[in-house]
Amino acid sequence: MILPGRCPGPRSIFGTMKALAPTSEAELAEMVASASEPLRIMGGGTRPIGVPVNGQPLTTSGLTGVTLYEPGALTLVVQAGTPVEEVRKTLAAEGQRLAFEPMDHRGLLGTTGEPTIGGVFAANVSGPRRIQAGAARDFLLGVRFVDGQGQVTRNGGRVMKNVTGYDLVKLMAGSYGTLGVLTELALKVLPASHHTATITLSGLDDTTAVAALSRALGSPFEITGAAHRQTADGPHTCLRIEGFEKSVAYRAGQIQTLLADLGAAKVETDPDTNTTLWQDIRDVACFHDGEGDIWRLSVKPSDAPGIKAQVDGAEALYDWGGGLVWLRVPQNTHADTIRAAVNAAGGHATLIRGNRAGGAFQPLSPPIAALQDGLRARFDPRGILNPGLMGRAA
Amino acid sequence: MDMPKPNPTILARKSQLLDRLASFLPREALIHDPSETRAYECDGLTAYKCPPLAVVLPASTAEVSETLRICNDMGVPVVPRGAGTSLAGGALPTEDSVIIGVARMTEVLETDYDNRFIRVQTGRTNLSVTGAVEEDGFFYAPDPSSQLACAISGNIAMNSGGAHCLKYGVTTNNLMGVTMVLMDGTVTEIGGAHLDAEGLDLLGLICGSEGQLGIVTEATLRILHKPEGARPVLMGYDSSEIAGQCVSDIIKAGVLPVAIEFMDRPCIRATEAFAGAGYPDCEALLIVEVEGSDAEIDEQLETIMDIARKHDPVELRQSSSEDESKRIWLGRKSAFGAMGKINDYMCLDGTIPVNELPYVLKRIGEMSKEYGLDVANVFHAGDGNMHPLILFDANKEGDLELCEELGAEILKLCVEVGGCLTGEHGVGIEKRDLMLHQYDPPDLEIQMAVKDVFDPKWLLNPAKVFPLASSDTRRIAAE
Repeated sequence: MILPGRCPGPRSIFGTMKALAPTSEAELAEMVASASEPLRIMGGGTRPIGVPVNGQPLTTSGLTGVTLYEPGALTLVVQAGTPVEEVRKTLAAEGQRLAFEPMDHRGLLGTTGEPTIGGVFAANVSGPRRIQAGAARDFLLGVRFVDGQGQVTRNGGRVMKNVTGYDLVKLMAGSYGTLGVLTELALKVLPASHHTATITLSGLDDTTAVAALSRALGSPFEITGAAHRQTADGPHTCLRIEGFEKSVAYRAGQIQTLLADLGAAKVETDPDTNTTLWQDIRDVACFHDGEGDIWRLSVKPSDAPGIKAQVDGAEALYDWGGGLVWLRVPQNTHADTIRAAVNAAGGHATLIRGNRAGGAFQPLSPPIAALQDGLRARFDPRGILNPGLMGRAA
Repeated sequence: MDMPKPNPTILARKSQLLDRLASFLPREALIHDPSETRAYECDGLTAYKCPPLAVVLPASTAEVSETLRICNDMGVPVVPRGAGTSLAGGALPTEDSVIIGVARMTEVLETDYDNRFIRVQTGRTNLSVTGAVEEDGFFYAPDPSSQLACAISGNIAMNSGGAHCLKYGVTTNNLMGVTMVLMDGTVTEIGGAHLDAEGLDLLGLICGSEGQLGIVTEATLRILHKPEGARPVLMGYDSSEIAGQCVSDIIKAGVLPVAIEFMDRPCIRATEAFAGAGYPDCEALLIVEVEGSDAEIDEQLETIMDIARKHDPVELRQSSSEDESKRIWLGRKSAFGAMGKINDYMCLDGTIPVNELPYVLKRIGEMSKEYGLDVANVFHAGDGNMHPLILFDANKEGDLELCEELGAEILKLCVEVGGCLTGEHGVGIEKRDLMLHQYDPPDLEIQMAVKDVFDPKWLLNPAKVFPLASSDTRRIAAE
């Protein structure tokens, strides 16, 4: 059953219209150039974030394959429609990974299909390790894309440091297909870690928990995950450490000492348990079942508990040391409260699951909205790429 | 290097412009006497000089805004300036331009250790950002060689890097928010103390836009706790191929050093003569540094030393004390000074895929012979950011032009092997006319379209980044 106000289920993502699925960049460019109506740009269609676009679906899932992989140079060039899972496997074979740990939205949004690497970057999707390694956009070295007139453009390259001209690579990351359709991406990859430990404190209230996470993140011990969540056993405050074996053991000990005043900590070193735990946090597994609207807040970590407290009856999962808050509230409630609280504190809130007719993204200040509209008008003068997404009226 | 001819209409309206600026700026904030504007004639690219119409040194965002509003209104080009350390001519003025320098805006506005950020006015130098937090154990990671002098505003304009960006990233990865003034005087706030600013990634777009989109007056920067310790290893090899292979093997092994620095023989010799760091006389020298507690460092260096040994080093020396670490870094850190002592030089910063290092070094050696100009190499090997230093004699007729020609050939080579023209210095005027080797016209067109949105009249640093022939219709339309 699809509940009113829930995100569209898998059927409605492609709607009744058959999706255009070009198998080459040239074909894609031709389709965009000759389009006479708005296009709904998608990868695997697993992340329907924002106001649903009324237009002809166009998917990049026909553009697949790894073009170049140099493990010794930490670089990967890949076609935008390549499944994330294929990228993960390719990298794992060389002991490397996507360090920003992209979230899989399928559980939370009730979607099916295959998440694509292009979709990850189009939505700038990062997981718990964002706090230490950086966001998806920090790992994007170069792009090829088709703009709103069907013009193929490239920016950046495949080297780690590049200030040659404007950084449109960052601009394309997180632009949700509103500026162009990504066709090829050059990524920075990193070595996977050999060992992981999670230090968990129990029973802390939100404010104490976020303060504890801050204390750990402000230490030299390189925390790669810092979350606070509710479990059947009460609240758990989790800190992840990764690296070589002795180093992980050493830092886990140091963190326990640092937080000794907050009660006895449990240290988990089993690889599978750790993988599951952090995947659950990454994918917001605690809100997969049941109803309710899901909000995603990016705020100053120390503001997070106070913002949550203003939203009556909200449940929260804190990641990024408190800087990322996933809030669940009853359907169609609290939108104004959440917006007001975030506006007052600074930061932004996005309605990820729920009735998004009133707008899903954070409203922008007038000068920033003007710049954003101006950029969209330049990249897509006909206004056919995902019109209505990210704030501009359809 | 051509610059556009000054617009006579603007020159004729100088006194009117000065009157309007003087109406709200304190005396010391407005400089227009030719003897005083001389200090602003050039930046770190000293081969090119031009006096500006006037220099404004505001003390606040409001003064920057009012100055820009007036210049926009009168159609006067504006050249933003940080500390003037650009090696690419990013702050080179034209005769009809007003320089807006942020040198007086150096305040720390907010320090927040719980949330790990510092907010500063952007005239503050890179090193003094770290200086403001280091007593409490924190630091600001990007560390360009000029960090003692360079300003955060310029770091943002050029997306500056440094020796430690293999681990910590460059400016764009450490910038959380800005206050930026647009050419029409509009003050904008982007991002802040939270991660990943809302809407399109304008922060990412501004970083590295070379002062062409706006003037950033305040910045929120990510700060980190300092590592417990750091230790470098020095490795000497008989050939740059072997050194290059060693770098690649270290990266593949899953160790991520904070820095991997490379110097070739000409550079080693020059720095030895200058600083006497005790480097071996060999073809290629690597400095690899790792961080952590002593035990963690030992664990990482064990792997690194094993790899180093497999490639038959002529020297392999792990630092055993603070003093020894300083000596290992001494030569590298004084490399540019040492080269400057013996010669005039031009420093390039093309970046290449790491696996192309041996080939590119060999080709640079051959090109150096063809042109009859020595080239010394010192660079960040971990991320492929080359720094070939071309030695020339500024007093010798035609030597600068020859040097620029060789520089252009080397940068084209970087692009050919899959790299780029500039890794951290920026395009400025220096590499402006090479942009079409990197990009096709439509790729540049869409970048210029971005500038159209932020600065429709093309008044902010207009003659930079894009080949003059590519941008002239826009610049002329603006006049």
